[in-house]
Amino acid sequence: MEVLDQRLIDEYQKGLPVSSRPYLDMAKRLNVTEDDILESLDRLTKSGVLSRVGPVFNHKKAGASILAAMAVPDEKMKDIAGRVNAFDGVNHNYAREHEFNLWFVVTAPDQAQLENTITAIEDACGYGVMSLPMVKSYYLDLGFKIQWNQ
Amino acid sequence: MSGFALNSNDELARDYLLTPLDRALVVATQEGLPVTAQPYLAVAQQLGISEDEVIFRLEKMKEFGVIRRIAAVPNHYRIGFKANGMTVWDIEDEKIKELGMKIGQLPYVSHCYQRPRHEPYWSYNLFAMVHGTERSQVEERAELVREMLGDACRKHEILYSSKILKKTGLRFSTPNK
Repeated sequence: MEVLDQRLIDEYQKGLPVSSRPYLDMAKRLNVTEDDILESLDRLTKSGVLSRVGPVFNHKKAGASILAAMAVPDEKMKDIAGRVNAFDGVNHNYAREHEFNLWFVVTAPDQAQLENTITAIEDACGYGVMSLPMVKSYYLDLGFKIQWNQ
Repeated sequence: MSGFALNSNDELARDYLLTPLDRALVVATQEGLPVTAQPYLAVAQQLGISEDEVIFRLEKMKEFGVIRRIAAVPNHYRIGFKANGMTVWDIEDEKIKELGMKIGQLPYVSHCYQRPRHEPYWSYNLFAMVHGTERSQVEERAELVREMLGDACRKHEILYSSKILKKTGLRFSTPNK
């Protein structure tokens, strides 16, 4: 990876300047041109090293969301996963090695609609959903220290 | 300490009601800002408002904790943390705050949250994503966490994902019916 790419991530994973020309501000700080920054960001997002450049929302405040788990017999896993995924509000769904083997995140504009969606998922699947709302966050989400030579 | 600052931010955010314009901004920016010289102007044009208004609303949401940060968001998997395990812990209720804050600050932990138990099926009340370059490192690190928790932890498990069934990024649709 190019040195500028690494410096960009190190410096800006915690926050960008919020201004009319944020990339120009960054360019001045890193002693390069605005175009260099834009090219680097373009390269990093296209290659997937950056998942995006933009706001990180506090899920709880920007809408309602919940972690949910289901215990599904192995032979029904594929069918049930498909039924769960068919809901727009479901945006992550992982199979995990456990008795509770289906783990997904449900989002909705507000709490009432969230509860409706969970009930609808239970009806569509025929299995109960274990709701695991966040009670408290102990994670500061300040980004990881990246060891570039790894 | 920064932990307390974030907590007070969370308190504030509870009182903040998103305006319809805020919601439109969430929808327009949640998958990232356009990579152009004036990203906020591009968003403004898309929504038919001024660039100043976009910046003002985003700053407001930041101030109230609705937006945690506006940043370059790395994909840790692509950078070398190729393994992760969802660790779940059964912690004494009286100790969870103190220990949760300790675990949440570890450099290899993300998404450290307290969640409700569902006895008798589920007795874990603390969740923490543990990251490593490979599974054996995740296990070593989970063992370190276990030692830090000491007697306050009754039991724990590591749940590895065997398959990604859906991953679309967090997405809130427009609330308009």
